[in-house]
Amino acid sequence: MADSITIFLDKCTGCTLCVKACPFGAIHMANKKAVIDMAVCTLCGACVEACKFRAIELKKTAGGKKDLSKYKDVWVFCEQKQGVIQSISYELLGEGKKLAGELGVKLCAVILGSGIESKIGELSARGADKIYFVDHPALKSYQDDPYTEVLVKLAEEYFPEIILCGATTIGRSLVSRVAVRINAGLTADCTALDIDKKERLLLQTRPAFGGNIMATIITPNHRPQMATVRHKVMKEAGTFSSNKAEVVRKSYPEAVLSSRTRLLDVVKEIEETVNLAEADIIVSGGRGLGGPENFSVIKELAKVLNAAVGASRAAVDSDWIPYSHQVGQTGKTVCPRLYIACGISGQIQHLIGMQSSDIIVAINKDPDAPIFKIATYGIVGDVLQVVPALTKEFKRILNK
Amino acid sequence: MRQKFIMNIIVCIKQVPNTTDVRIDPLTNTLIREGVESVINPFDAYAIEEAVRLKERLGGKVTALTMGPPQAENALKEAISLGCDEAVLVSDRKFAGSDTWATSYTLSAAIKKLGAFDVIICGKQASDGDTAQVGPGISAHLNIPQVTYVKKIEQISAASAKVERMTEEGYDIVETPLPCLFTVVKEINTPRLPSMRGMMKAKSVKVTKWTADDIEADPRLLGLDGSPTRVVKIFTPAPRKGGEILNGDTADIARELAELLKDAVI
Repeated sequence: MADSITIFLDKCTGCTLCVKACPFGAIHMANKKAVIDMAVCTLCGACVEACKFRAIELKKTAGGKKDLSKYKDVWVFCEQKQGVIQSISYELLGEGKKLAGELGVKLCAVILGSGIESKIGELSARGADKIYFVDHPALKSYQDDPYTEVLVKLAEEYFPEIILCGATTIGRSLVSRVAVRINAGLTADCTALDIDKKERLLLQTRPAFGGNIMATIITPNHRPQMATVRHKVMKEAGTFSSNKAEVVRKSYPEAVLSSRTRLLDVVKEIEETVNLAEADIIVSGGRGLGGPENFSVIKELAKVLNAAVGASRAAVDSDWIPYSHQVGQTGKTVCPRLYIACGISGQIQHLIGMQSSDIIVAINKDPDAPIFKIATYGIVGDVLQVVPALTKEFKRILNK
Repeated sequence: MRQKFIMNIIVCIKQVPNTTDVRIDPLTNTLIREGVESVINPFDAYAIEEAVRLKERLGGKVTALTMGPPQAENALKEAISLGCDEAVLVSDRKFAGSDTWATSYTLSAAIKKLGAFDVIICGKQASDGDTAQVGPGISAHLNIPQVTYVKKIEQISAASAKVERMTEEGYDIVETPLPCLFTVVKEINTPRLPSMRGMMKAKSVKVTKWTADDIEADPRLLGLDGSPTRVVKIFTPAPRKGGEILNGDTADIARELAELLKDAVI
């Protein structure tokens, strides 16, 4: 018997509170009574809470509770590129330590690569209690097939309770496949994690509809509970140089390590001096710059601040700057400490990609530009004058 | 001369609420859904365009596939107007409450029923859920290779393809055998507008409609029953408040702002 939702027509007053509360637009009024479109409803329960007349009932069946007790420990998939552990992995180790502490289990780092012996010390020093270590030339660079197979094999042998992974291009490609293979629940791009101690559940909170709503998601009856986590949201693990992690070395036969796809080359685009997703500071330019040549003022400010260069869709679509710089719905989602928007009006698609930045500075000549509604500091003026003036001031402050 | 071969391409699309229309009710702090238009997920437009371009270059056909409520048929008709040849809507009340696991299972079951294919193309993610999990999920269910975040198809033949996969630092060049699944990013192309012929075709096209029984799916793996995850709470983040507007002479404002930001930049 599945979960179900019922509207008691005798109690429904037709007040439409539930219609407004439904994040999925699944409720409409017919003959002054609420009607739920079951093809759209996700049984999230938002309407149950909104209804003041207790006219909506959500029945969640406990179902045949499976025995999940054999699943233990919090795993962090540690992403390495060319032998360098990515900072997101340290953020996850920091968060994972907290979660493991709440659950009273071990924090385990999982690392795959080639010639990565020295990483054991690094992961150990970041607080891992245990390290699952797979070192083989076939795992040198990320490839979907062998990475999926190895992670599946590890999970099937050691039964983790939770697996965390960065919401990066690699992370999202990898664990989406793994979750299907091991029949696990997976929640994308989480920005907050917590533990329900009584039920031993991972509470996974993530933005949806471009950050306009937040949803908390659980995986009640499947293990492991898997989540990808947004970059720069969790705090990096501290270093505990005296910590000695237990190391579990695994090797697998060629069949497990073989890949149908072949990585022919890894190309780094030199223009990208600072990775947008990793950047603490981003200086972004939009159509208000007037032309591609004026991106130089943006780049100059970015250089002084050691910042990454971002752009609005309008600037990218005008071919002023490559797509890899685009921030927003069809570009990248960023959350730096400081975001400086220059000549960007602030269309909703852009705001979606940057509104969780700590401090937002907006410089635009139009005082009614929507960007000012979310900016911590706003300057109404010509970007081509204000930005160079700012660059000058920062140079002075930073002694550059 | 290059040998032409017949490409059988499947594009998976999703109908989503148009984000430009998404507004928050300032009183109730909830999403206003009335009058919100449904559109094809913006990323799927690039998937459709790439599929149609492959077909035009190599010959073959493009089938647009979606899972959704009956009104998702409109998204499929739009896909036809953009050059897709056939359209399949998988729709059943049993799919209600599907998470990405159940969605990718359902779509993979529909793809199995469609028969042999060379390439499946999906947008990198949908603009409402933003998970990027369904594409890889489909390839896992079908046990075919995948390349995600594809920004260019450099070469494609009957047996294999060479593509560029976008990464945080640049791109990888990856070779994959066919059949395979690609998820594509915006950089891959510029989608065309619907053609007159396409719009005529969209009017007359008969969208194939399949239920859970039609795709011979395991009912235990569908909808809420087949979904490991549950949404337990939905809330609206406190809207970000606008801050101060600095006024005055440019040099003065710049000095003031630099001082205010001092701690953030050092």
